Amino acid sequence: MDLADIPVLLMLIGIAAYVVLAGADFGSPFWTLTARGERAGEIREQTHRSMAPVWEANHVWLIFVLVVCWTAYPEVFGSIFSTLWIPLIVGCLGIIMRAVGYVVGGYATRRWVTWMATVASFVTPFMFGAVVGGVVSGRVPVGNAEGDIISSWLNPTSMTIGVVAVTLCAYLAAVYLAADADRKGRADLADAFRIRGLAAGVVTGLVAAAGVVVLREDSRFVYEGLTSGLGLADLAVSAVAGIVTLGLLALRRFPAARYTAAAAVVTIVAGWGIAQSPYILPPDLTVAEAAAADNVLIGLLVAIAIGLLILIPSLLLLYGLVLAGRFDPAGGDVVDHPDLVEGGTAVHLTDLDLPKRRSVGLTILVATTGAAMTLVFDDGAGLYAGVAMLIGALATGCVLLAISLAARQDEAPEG
Amino acid sequence: MASASQVFPPTDAFPAVDQNYLLEARQMQALSFAMHIPLVCFGVAFPAMVIFMEWLGLRTGKIHYTAIARRWSKVMITLFAAGVVTGTLLSFELGILWPGFMSVFGDVFGLAFGLEGFSFFIEAIFIAIYVYGWDRLSPRKHLLTGIPVMVSGLTGSLMVIAVNAWMNNPSGFEVVGGEVTDVQPWSALFGNGHLWPQLTHMYLAAYVVVGFLIAGVYAFSWLKGRRSAYFRTAMVVPLAIACLAAPTQILIGDWAARTVARDQPIKLASFEGLYKTTKGAPETVLGWYTDENTIEYGIEIPKLLSLLAYHDPNATVQGLETVAEEDRPPINVVRIAFQTMVAVGTGLAALAAWFLFSWWRRKRLPRSKWFYRAVIAAGPAAVVALIAGWVTTEVGRQPWVVYGVMRTEEAVSGADGIVFGYAALVVVYVALFTAVFWVLRKLARTPLPPEIVALEHAGGSRVDAAGLRVNERPGAGSGGGTDRKGGGDGSG
Ligand code: HDD
Ligand code: HEM
Ligand code: HEM
Repeated sequence: MDLADIPVLLMLIGIAAYVVLAGADFGSPFWTLTARGERAGEIREQTHRSMAPVWEANHVWLIFVLVVCWTAYPEVFGSIFSTLWIPLIVGCLGIIMRAVGYVVGGYATRRWVTWMATVASFVTPFMFGAVVGGVVSGRVPVGNAEGDIISSWLNPTSMTIGVVAVTLCAYLAAVYLAADADRKGRADLADAFRIRGLAAGVVTGLVAAAGVVVLREDSRFVYEGLTSGLGLADLAVSAVAGIVTLGLLALRRFPAARYTAAAAVVTIVAGWGIAQSPYILPPDLTVAEAAAADNVLIGLLVAIAIGLLILIPSLLLLYGLVLAGRFDPAGGDVVDHPDLVEGGTAVHLTDLDLPKRRSVGLTILVATTGAAMTLVFDDGAGLYAGVAMLIGALATGCVLLAISLAARQDEAPEG
Repeated sequence: MASASQVFPPTDAFPAVDQNYLLEARQMQALSFAMHIPLVCFGVAFPAMVIFMEWLGLRTGKIHYTAIARRWSKVMITLFAAGVVTGTLLSFELGILWPGFMSVFGDVFGLAFGLEGFSFFIEAIFIAIYVYGWDRLSPRKHLLTGIPVMVSGLTGSLMVIAVNAWMNNPSGFEVVGGEVTDVQPWSALFGNGHLWPQLTHMYLAAYVVVGFLIAGVYAFSWLKGRRSAYFRTAMVVPLAIACLAAPTQILIGDWAARTVARDQPIKLASFEGLYKTTKGAPETVLGWYTDENTIEYGIEIPKLLSLLAYHDPNATVQGLETVAEEDRPPINVVRIAFQTMVAVGTGLAALAAWFLFSWWRRKRLPRSKWFYRAVIAAGPAAVVALIAGWVTTEVGRQPWVVYGVMRTEEAVSGADGIVFGYAALVVVYVALFTAVFWVLRKLARTPLPPEIVALEHAGGSRVDAAGLRVNERPGAGSGGGTDRKGGGDGSG
């Protein structure tokens, strides 16, 4: 593998993560909207609660993919975004509408909000799927808006991948929600989602199978990659994972189904990469040709490596808390305030210590010196030291002033 | 070197394309920034205030601090959500509107956005843990989860400002025969003299904006007569921060101006509408820059510009005449924006002086109603200064996207129909901001926890901490606003 290939691999991982994690965010409003009867409210609650803590983080995968693309393959980014701007902007507006659903969803049920979120949840996966279709079918030439701004995404391949993306999201949502309900001991809800998951899974499978036929007619190159060698093997793994998931759902093995469903998605994305290689914009531009200079790629990879070091434990912490049910309402073990309350009485109730005159004086001294230095020095170490003193004193000053102000507010107000 | 430019010279792959709607594209970009930037101020500055309140609560065991922190944390996550999606739209727009810029220079500054992406990840993860983790983590752990939110707000703005500073003062690459080569991303981004003044100025701006906006909400309550410890504390803490940051902002603004004077003399000349290169240049306040390259109705203060820009009353300041007309930005836009920012900045510092003086001399809050009215006005005014500051920077950079290297019309997309995108954008923004506004109102009207209401009647905060298990949690179902009677929070 070349250095030039690593970023595209990371992009595929990012896309897979985005579909696996954020896909369910988009799938869930559909189940909310179609829920009827007395369980409707519960389904709504359930979908909102399961997704609300994680959707923003899920979403960052998309940003990650974009950033890697424009750093490592700048022309590819410019070409895709100028030619396919319509599905991209519509998809993005869909993301905003979906966010409205989350923002309002915590406070009220509003039919129009559910509708908006549902429309968004069709629009965004569809449009992003259509973008992928435009790329794999070779409709994005290199250059500033060189491709047709309509047929680059209104074409058989794009339509197919768009529809697969929509059904896939609904399917993933149902599987995850079933697992969540099961974890909370709500067998009835889990069953409701189980049936939905089975139905959506079958539909997704059928559309995907039909899609292979469409690819044969419309995107020969990728079709051939997918139906031979490594591509074919990958497709087979994906199909098996899909079928196993349906089986697990049928058997009510929900947690396992969660993982096999994700595996099916990951293999589909991998298959795309295999089928398209070595091209990044088929039929002309290869990954190697598109890549930025080596030192840029190395810089990017170093940055990503450092980032991952911090990111991975953080993500594990978040998903760990969510999957352990720690954020469930009234569920999990609510922690009291052991260090504050014991048997209902306060352990301690202290007043704030007013800042000492000395520390206030010192802060003012540092601030004034720093301010004077920023004015006297035009550049260089003197200026930067001055700014550092000024900002340091500002931070300290804010804490001291805020404490002394807050402490005084305990007394009855004057005036 | 496996540079793409050997195979696809960027300038060949992305020749400048005619775009009839360049102005609309610029407005679209400007609109999106104007939506995103006030929201991200809350991601940058608010976490510190929330954590501070929570810490006060832990330190003293008094419940009103904790109640404030809880309530603020919900505001924080609502605005964070809006910041996330408007930011996402911005990164789409970079490609949709400016593919020429991204294709040629994406590799130079992409690194910063890569690091920024990780900051967003950390911010999104820990903000969720923080907000949904009340009562679920031990108080100390909970407090600690707030710290990454604060830090990633700082690193996130560092990275984005690094890009902007690079666009204003580009370096770290060579242009050979129309091609960009020898890209040095680390030094381009982080070895740039514009980065530190811009970052410091923006970071302080966030504290000024958030401090005054939040204090303004409770100043409104004050005027309405709600003055219990809860309301007063919620007012004075953000006010303290804003009032110390506002005067500091002037000093940092001066630093920013000197940096501009050094590296972007034409931008400085357009701040001031200075046509002729002048030794001992005067500062002209107010007025209008005319087609005859003079300023009408302005008030001239001799030598002040030279003094401010170079700290020398007799320094020579380069005028607009030194470059061709098509290389100058729209003078009046830049000039008015700049003067608005400085005027608001001065006003905010004066308000801060009032507050600090009365606290220092009399150890009490000002009594005058006008003070509280001014605090209410200060929040929106700070937002105006914030946007005006960015207009100064960005429009002042025109006609260049990358100062002195690439013009905006070389960067723009050649695609048709961008204006329809613009219209759709406006509609969706209206929906988003309606929703955010509605939620904030709903939050403001949610009754205070009964313990706090009791405390309000008692007129003090000496209620024991047993009431700490205030059972309100964000996203806790449809009944967020169960209509208990009791004082709502703030004004909405
Ligand atoms: C609350 C907001 C606020 C306030 C009160 C001020 N500023 Fe500002 N200013 C900003 C918010 C801002 C900003 C929006 O944050 C900018 C845009 C780019 C940047 O880095 O900060 C900015 C940019 C900016 C620039 C342009 C930097 C560039 O083009 O690279 C200058 C010269 C100043 N400011 C100067 C001042 C002065 C002299 C002020 C005092 C009176 C002042 N600002 C108050
Ligand atoms: C070219 C300009 C900008 C772009 C492309 C951009 C992009 C983005 C993106 C994509 C997000 C969403 C991150 C997520 O999904 O979590 C975001 C959020 C954020 N942006 Fe920006 N941004 C820009 C300007 C700014 C500026 C000027 C600041 C201010 C210092 C800033 C600070 C932040 C912060 C702190 C967040 C986190 C979300 C929040 O707290 O609301 N961005 N931005
Ligand atoms: C990295 C951080 C950046 C920040 C914080 C930023 C901030 C802003 C702001 C606040 C405005 C509003 C000006 C107005 O209201 O008229 C603006 C305008 C603009 N920005 Fe930036 N910008 C950034 C990067 C970019 C990038 C990457 C581009 C891409 C080419 C860009 C191009 C423009 C253009 C063309 C305008 C419109 C100027 C006009 O109205 O004449 N900026 N920017």
